[in-house]
Amino acid sequence: MKSHLGARIAQIIPTIFLVSIMVFCLQQLMPGDPALVLAGEERDPAVLAQIRQELWLDRPLVIQYFHWIGNVLQGDLGFSWRIRQPVLQLVATKLPVTMQLAAMAFVISVSIGVPMGILSAVKKNTFWDYVANGIGLAGLSTPNFWLGIMLILVVSVQLGWLPPSGYVPLTEDWRQSLATTIMPAFVLGNALAAVLMRHTRSAMLTALEQDYVRTARAKGLVEYKVVLRHALRNALVPVVTLGALELGTLLSGAVLTEQVFSIPGFGKLIVDAVFNRDYPVVQGVVLVTATVYIGLNLLADIIYVFLNPRLRTS
Amino acid sequence: MRPILLLAAVVAVTLPLTVHAQTNPPQTLRIGIADDADALDPTLSRTLVGRFVFASLCDKLVDIDVKLNIVPQLAASYAWIDSKTLEFKLRPGMKFHDMTPVDAEAVKFSLERHLTLAGSTRKGEIGSLDHVMVVDPLTVRLVLKAPNSPFLAQLSDRSGMIVSPKAAMAAGANFGQNPVCAGPFKFTERVPQDRIVVDRFPEYWDAGNVHVNRVVYQPIVDATIRLANLRAGTLEMAERISPTDIAQVKADPKLRAEVFDGLGFQSLAFNIDNGKQPRTAMMKDARVRQAFAAAIDRQAINDVVYNGLFTPIAQAVPPNSPFYAPEVKPVGRDIAKAKRLLVEAGVKTPLTVELMITNAADQRQTGEVIQSMAAEAGFDVKLRATEFVTALKAQSEGDFEVFLIGWSGRADADGNLYNAIHTGTPLNDVKYSSALVDSLLEQTRAETDLAVRRGLYGKIAAQLNIDVPVMYIYSPKVLIGMNAKITGFAPIADGLIRIKGLKMGQ
Repeated sequence: MKSHLGARIAQIIPTIFLVSIMVFCLQQLMPGDPALVLAGEERDPAVLAQIRQELWLDRPLVIQYFHWIGNVLQGDLGFSWRIRQPVLQLVATKLPVTMQLAAMAFVISVSIGVPMGILSAVKKNTFWDYVANGIGLAGLSTPNFWLGIMLILVVSVQLGWLPPSGYVPLTEDWRQSLATTIMPAFVLGNALAAVLMRHTRSAMLTALEQDYVRTARAKGLVEYKVVLRHALRNALVPVVTLGALELGTLLSGAVLTEQVFSIPGFGKLIVDAVFNRDYPVVQGVVLVTATVYIGLNLLADIIYVFLNPRLRTS
Repeated sequence: MRPILLLAAVVAVTLPLTVHAQTNPPQTLRIGIADDADALDPTLSRTLVGRFVFASLCDKLVDIDVKLNIVPQLAASYAWIDSKTLEFKLRPGMKFHDMTPVDAEAVKFSLERHLTLAGSTRKGEIGSLDHVMVVDPLTVRLVLKAPNSPFLAQLSDRSGMIVSPKAAMAAGANFGQNPVCAGPFKFTERVPQDRIVVDRFPEYWDAGNVHVNRVVYQPIVDATIRLANLRAGTLEMAERISPTDIAQVKADPKLRAEVFDGLGFQSLAFNIDNGKQPRTAMMKDARVRQAFAAAIDRQAINDVVYNGLFTPIAQAVPPNSPFYAPEVKPVGRDIAKAKRLLVEAGVKTPLTVELMITNAADQRQTGEVIQSMAAEAGFDVKLRATEFVTALKAQSEGDFEVFLIGWSGRADADGNLYNAIHTGTPLNDVKYSSALVDSLLEQTRAETDLAVRRGLYGKIAAQLNIDVPVMYIYSPKVLIGMNAKITGFAPIADGLIRIKGLKMGQ
């Protein structure tokens, strides 16, 4: 087991190193000149030269890379060129916002998708099945930005129930925080709910035809127990796997939703940074994201070792 | 039913504290701005939205009024001692937000900081400043390298903002994280991409005219969402309302739209001699450019894309400017003239022309209207939609034939012209060079009489319509939406929202 974990940990360092090189190189391929953005409308040549010198843009790429990675290894992700704040501070304030949004969206999607999938499977080829399928299809095919704007216009502007945009941290005022994030979380969770619904339906249909379900019914169990205790438990295995994978997508897929609802999260941070050629922010955000993903993968591996005793002896 | 129940449950729990939730003090003004500001340091700042925030935070030596006159702000008065020396008398008893005094030494410090701080975007604006002399604690003289009458107008923007030397020296390049100036509001907090909060400064020199306790600037990129917030009552003001939404604002009894002339323009820049590509007929021959200009109907663009709200122009300043030459009017579309000019120039039609546009919706639409109009005269316009920062680089390197590009505008006409068309200047990306225009531009700098300057700008505009390095299309209007109860708004052409004098009503 130790050698297995040791090997996995040993893979992390070169992986992160490769990610850092890729991020740095890909970004250099982006067209446009950051100095031109930073110099403002007047673009004085002396100012341009000074900016290039100050930001090391006039040095060879290899030198720029080692300057950056050297600072990263000392825990310094650099300063945002645009707003002159430490990248680490920006990441630390934005990541929890997106995580809250993604978690809420996940809860919403599971609350909608799984029950609808069960209903659809149990009431196969009935009115309820068609309704659930119709809702699922609508959820899958509705663009996030359109749904977001429609919700703002109806729920906020017409009904005045919820604030149209903005964000309040949970720690500051939990009710206000829920009020500002429920609509974007609903929009974000909407498409995932549809995916979960279809997978749950399919898995439940398979499970409901199994022998153990027939046996349970033959024993005289009431139908809800057959469905929830016997069929659903088995059907949920692939659904849980899918849900866990989609949670990662939610973290990275909140860009449009954050833009529409003006949520100051991770997605908005990186989009603004790319459009403004704020390289330190782009590099920092991608590197942190990659490290988090790699860390989570390692955690999954460790958990897997504990769950699967055969791996401990291999 | 679950989703509806869930949403309803959350709404029920949060409703009592939602739309009317208020952690802000009474008389808080929430303003929706179109983007997040960059560094809140007047020396380093480069964005328009940053200027919105500075309008509350940092007073300037002088300001502009609704008629574009230069009026004193931190300065009690100013005067040209001679053609190169500008003297300011400061108001007595003024304080920065850190309670240090606003005096002549602070003015000297701030202007020198603009000139010397690494990455300063003010250096080009006040590059003609030679040195600053402190005469006494309330008197300061600015000595220029050469006569430069537009210099004063530069001080009505970020170049004229005076910062606390104590705070600036302590913070260095990080001053923008906690700016300390002498405006009506002091910096409270900033959450990037979410809000910038400023609070009333009781020691402000004109505190009696400040009726708002707090201002919260909220960056909301999408114009539709800014308007939705305004309509929902979660914003009291929003800048850059879309021209197509203005009718909606006007129709809403709870809202008011302020529509007034700005300072900038939208134009077609014709590359004449920049870059390494072979020179096309459009680059070589002014008659081809004149033909292109004659094929375009400015009013049609304005009607189709901007609901007729903007002002067609044929010069670099809008009609509200004191430098506007009324004799240079936009001429109508003349296809016969365009075709004749192309025949005279000896070009074979259809003549292929590449028009670079930025990938904003209105710019694409404008490009398409131009494409369609120019086709009738014999131009085959290929549109090259390009992301803004990429387009900036292409413009700077001369990798374009024609570029649809705007300019935010300056109070003095010199700021709209000199650096863009004088030979060898940094923004002359079309590489236009005319001895006559250069000479006229230099005369305008040396001249202080407004009428004489206006006459010179008229001559420049006329010559530019012959050489056509730039075709001015329209001057955008400033479009601000606000709660109808707000009073005291001053429609100043730079488009900034000055909080002083504003009252929020009950």
